[in-house]
Amino acid sequence: MTEENFLQVKNLVKYFPIYSRGVLTKKQVGQVHAVDGVSFNINKQETFALVGESGCGKTTTARVILNLIEPTSGEVLLDGENIFEKFKGSDKKEKLKLRRKMQMIFQNPYGSLDPRMTICDIISEPLVIHKHVAKECRCERVYELLKLVGLEEYHAERYPHEFSGGQRQRICIARALAVEPEFIVADEPVSSLDVSIRAQILNLLADLQKSMGLSFLYISHDLSSVRQISQRVAVMYLGEIVELAETDELFDNPLHPYTQALIEAVPIPDPKTKNVKARLRGEVPSPINPPLGCRFNPRCTHATAACREKKPELFEVDKGHFLACAQPGQA
Amino acid sequence: MTETLLKVEGLKTYFYTEAGIVKAVDGVSFDVRKGETLGLVGESGSGKTVTSLSVLRIVPKPGRIVEGKIELKGENLLAKSEKEMQSIRGREIAMIFQDPSSSLVPVYTVETQLRDVLSAHEKISKDDAHKKILDLMNLVGIPEAEIRMREFPHQFSGGMKQRVAIARALALEPELLFADEPTTALDVTIQAQVLDLLEDLKKKMGMSLVMITHDMGIIAKMTSRVVVMYAGNVAEIAKTDDLYYRPRHPYTALLLAAVPRLDRKKTLSIIPGNIPNLIEPPSGCRFHPRCEFATKKCEEAPPVLEEVEPDHFVACYEWKNITLKGETGKND
Repeated sequence: MTEENFLQVKNLVKYFPIYSRGVLTKKQVGQVHAVDGVSFNINKQETFALVGESGCGKTTTARVILNLIEPTSGEVLLDGENIFEKFKGSDKKEKLKLRRKMQMIFQNPYGSLDPRMTICDIISEPLVIHKHVAKECRCERVYELLKLVGLEEYHAERYPHEFSGGQRQRICIARALAVEPEFIVADEPVSSLDVSIRAQILNLLADLQKSMGLSFLYISHDLSSVRQISQRVAVMYLGEIVELAETDELFDNPLHPYTQALIEAVPIPDPKTKNVKARLRGEVPSPINPPLGCRFNPRCTHATAACREKKPELFEVDKGHFLACAQPGQA
Repeated sequence: MTETLLKVEGLKTYFYTEAGIVKAVDGVSFDVRKGETLGLVGESGSGKTVTSLSVLRIVPKPGRIVEGKIELKGENLLAKSEKEMQSIRGREIAMIFQDPSSSLVPVYTVETQLRDVLSAHEKISKDDAHKKILDLMNLVGIPEAEIRMREFPHQFSGGMKQRVAIARALALEPELLFADEPTTALDVTIQAQVLDLLEDLKKKMGMSLVMITHDMGIIAKMTSRVVVMYAGNVAEIAKTDDLYYRPRHPYTALLLAAVPRLDRKKTLSIIPGNIPNLIEPPSGCRFHPRCEFATKKCEEAPPVLEEVEPDHFVACYEWKNITLKGETGKND
């Protein structure tokens, strides 16, 4: 049974200010439009994927949702609670309670584990902070978590450098799961791993989600892994969502020219599938001065005068399939 | 039969570290034919990069080529003096590296860097060099070449930097180009552009290309033959179609089954365990601890490459007794 709208993101905006050089005369001279009006929701026990190229704002979106950076504007509701208001409030207990519900798995397992802590310390740290289990039971819980992610009890006494990349990512997953969160952000969890290890971690994440009923926000630029693991996908371009649909629908029937180009650009590991020539010319423009109108228009082959003037809004084309394009399905 | 351009035989490159001898490349043999695109695929630590560095004889210390033969058009490169190698690098064999931000010199303009390559090998006047560089930059599709050649690498985006690196590698029209993960640092849409460019240039200049990558999708798209490497050994060599549809080595089959596909969902199979430590690699076949078909024999002596059908070589004792599933080209 899935519950709808477990996490709701409403019109999220994050601008980073740019200052002129100089200590005394520091002046804001512009801003990076990292995330610009992003809305979506994630159901309970769902894996929702955000895809896009580097610089499109997918990681910033995730960090703002977890309140690791402050939003410029917008709302995020977790289980009906407005989390930005909670975090602005002074009640520390409430803040901790919220933090417990949401955890993150980072991209680089070499950078996200403290090299001077043992695995036991690393995994029990969230337990200590959140006083999640009684002191006497902590060790037990750590062993339990290690087993859950496919490691052994004796690994607890070791240090991160003794582990391979895949094992480290397992440790990161164990740490994220320690306080029994309901919502996990996985930011490119497999992109620094080798192919054979990638499959292990993807399968592990899928299994854990099923058995523990977690909701995932899965962030990736690797469309093949997104197809494998997620139920719904949103495609981001320059800080905005351009298309959002169920996974199969999005990959089989992409309507936005950017989504189409993105999908075509991925080489398929099968020599018989005909690969077409790259369709997209040029590169992603700067998010400091994003193009007027549809942000994709300078690279779009179907752009009209209207695309250059008016920004297309996200609208529902088909049930559950949202699109922000004035010329849908033109390819 | 097409002409063989490069022949590598029994190549062994070891790294003499304090922790022990790392046998990064341990008995690798393959050949590159004229005008073909050969894929060199494997996970990190499989020795694919060290193999290409060995061919160019630029293995960093404490690494050393211990044994083997590397023949370019019948001439043994390992017998050449450093001076002779210098005239071969760039002119006959060139290389593109993974990260264009670190393979270009940050303090020189693009023009200077390209001119250095040209003038290192032949006397060329400044005007001629300028013209040649302009042509090169147009060739690799850098717009406004006249202006951009006076800029520094940090003023270029990742995709454009890789184009500069390609221009530099192609400046002297080499016959053989090693591309070591040329698109790993790039976004997918830019990757597609760079791959198209490489393909076009290869055809235009009639050179051979060795594509080093871990991405099975790029291999399928670009290559005509593939060498699969595992832990410093060659596991399988085959035509691309044969490799994908009729893999003979258990590692190849597992690798294919572990890669997700964009065009459909599939059950990802897992390769159990981890990549072995190359200081004390497993005895016999290096894949045997992770292989479900391993027998006693596999633990004892390493298998040698055997030709199972024309142009299809596999290093496995059990290939006759096992049936492996490859890609079907259809939905499963």
